[in-house]
Amino acid sequence: MQQANLAPPGAPEPWRDPEAAPYVRILGVTKRFGATVAVDDVSLDIYRGELFALLGGSGSGKTTLLRMLAGFERPDAGRILLDGQDVADVPPYARPVNMMFQSYALFPHMTVAQNVAFGLRMEGMAKAEIAERVGAMLELVRLGGMEKRRPHELSGGQRQRVALARSLVKRPKLLLLDEPLGALDKNLREQTQFELVNIQEKTGITFVMVTHDQEEAMTMATRIAVMHHGYLAQVGTPAEVYEYPQTRLVAEFLGTANVFEGIVREAGAAGALVEATALDAQFQSDTDPPKPVGARVFIAVRPEKMRVRRAADDERAGTNRLVGAVRDIAYYGDFFMFVVDLPEGGTVRVSQPNQARITELPITWGDRVVVEWPPLATVVLPE
Amino acid sequence: MRWRAPSSRALVLALPFLWLGLFFLAPFLIVAKIAVSEAALGIPPYAPVARWTDQGALALVLNLENFTLLIEDSFYLDAYLRSVRVAGISALICLLLGYPMAYAIARAPEARRNVLLLLVILPFWTSFLLRIMAWIGLLADNGVINNILLALGIVSEPVRLLYTDAALYLGIVYCYLPFMVLPLYANLVKLDPVLLEAASDLGARPWRAFLAVTLPLSLPGILAGTMLVFIPAVGEFVIPELLGGPDAQLIGRVLWTEFFTNRDWPMASALAVVLLLLLVLPIAWFQHLQGRATEGR
Repeated sequence: MQQANLAPPGAPEPWRDPEAAPYVRILGVTKRFGATVAVDDVSLDIYRGELFALLGGSGSGKTTLLRMLAGFERPDAGRILLDGQDVADVPPYARPVNMMFQSYALFPHMTVAQNVAFGLRMEGMAKAEIAERVGAMLELVRLGGMEKRRPHELSGGQRQRVALARSLVKRPKLLLLDEPLGALDKNLREQTQFELVNIQEKTGITFVMVTHDQEEAMTMATRIAVMHHGYLAQVGTPAEVYEYPQTRLVAEFLGTANVFEGIVREAGAAGALVEATALDAQFQSDTDPPKPVGARVFIAVRPEKMRVRRAADDERAGTNRLVGAVRDIAYYGDFFMFVVDLPEGGTVRVSQPNQARITELPITWGDRVVVEWPPLATVVLPE
Repeated sequence: MRWRAPSSRALVLALPFLWLGLFFLAPFLIVAKIAVSEAALGIPPYAPVARWTDQGALALVLNLENFTLLIEDSFYLDAYLRSVRVAGISALICLLLGYPMAYAIARAPEARRNVLLLLVILPFWTSFLLRIMAWIGLLADNGVINNILLALGIVSEPVRLLYTDAALYLGIVYCYLPFMVLPLYANLVKLDPVLLEAASDLGARPWRAFLAVTLPLSLPGILAGTMLVFIPAVGEFVIPELLGGPDAQLIGRVLWTEFFTNRDWPMASALAVVLLLLLVLPIAWFQHLQGRATEGR
């Protein structure tokens, strides 16, 4: 499949370099709990300095994979290499890996400074050096002056930063973050996203983060691994995973996608023509389809890549064009979402940016509308 | 200030206070009154504290002789100290036995916890006295344990088990262990296992994680359990009387002797008052610590 280079210019992309040595290697790792397979033969390479996101719903195995990296769970099969060293038999307290827990797990009987100093104290570091490292770390997370507070005297955002400082202060080879922003409210979350990325860039420590929030993964991560039922559905940069999903599951998990069924009629490097099975329409894409002519495939089109307009009286569905009636209009402030009922059954979601301050929409409920998109927006997925 | 109808909150608070006033404070004041009266032959066996003199004046006669005797006669002081020591050592043994038990129950699978807790309180379903009597049957010279030891040829003549300090401690620890296990369990079960994972993640080996996290966080449970064992054990009468040796003159036994054998009610009352005051101190200290601990939540 042809893929545009979607990374920001200048960003290092060691995963594209066949010479680059992965920093963390997960090799055929499987973990079972009783009869359920939590992680199913996962292989994954993570490079030094990455902010890697494991994205998936509950039960996708992302947390189990993280806990195996931390050493809290032992893989039933497979190996985990960290900087070339097999860590399967290394207990958590001896691994150069630290974790920021979802609940933060701050010690309630210790002050902020004592919490952050805990890991260094366990190393047997000299008191003066501990004080210096803790002070510098609390400055980094903007908690200077809070040293004497107890966790219960802090706000949620402050607690999150103590947890981050505590896990970073040992300068681990790998920092694991379990839903790092899950407990914060929406405004704080956005601000903290940028902060986390800044701290990651400043410290240069490799981060692996678990999240169920696709927006969080997209905005923060260098690469995303989408997990589902214990296996890896797709691994790639946020743009790759969003723009070129390889399965219907990934297309629907990240953002919204209109998915149609079809049969490949024409295929080639210049693109594919897919005939819809349930609609009186065709889909034109500009990429080579993953299946040969005659095969059943899925078509995914993102709502923001479509346009909606009033239909002329005699206008009918065609190539990359559907006709239907507006059932719902949702106003999100920054955009409108139109839900269009198709005459053959099913709906299409189309979003339109709110560019002018429209008080009267040109399209209203019940209107017969045309939904159109360019071949670029058509993604052909294997069945 | 205007009179207002008592709120339901005040009523709820008033009930326990009324109860304590009627059945704790009032008897205590009566005992305190007897403690400062003079012993007399008669029923009741003490002289009234307040009486009318021939001149028609009200004379208040406070007899502090009993208290001075308490301090001067080393017999009473020794009894107090011995009681405190026996109760302290018993509480310590209970803590050492009860902590692992409570920890194991708190870490057991949830379905099994209730069964294990039931086993801890199962002995309460039999009379306390009956259980102590059963120990006599086990420990006596011709009791079960000695018979087994003799039959196995481990000893050639019965070992003296009953009426020893060992039997006394055994009895107290056996009876009071649940009072240690239950508050410790209630505390340990609340401990978030993630905290131990965090400690381990930060480089603490299991034993250090226990010392740095579990132990300090279970301090309120340790204090509660220790107090629940220590306080009743100080005044314990039945166990030293039935299992302890003749020299186990603990304060409970001394009190009993003064009251029933010597019929010296004022002396017995003075002993009781001092004992109570001695016990109030550790409770107040405990309350203070408890208050500080809950503040940190």
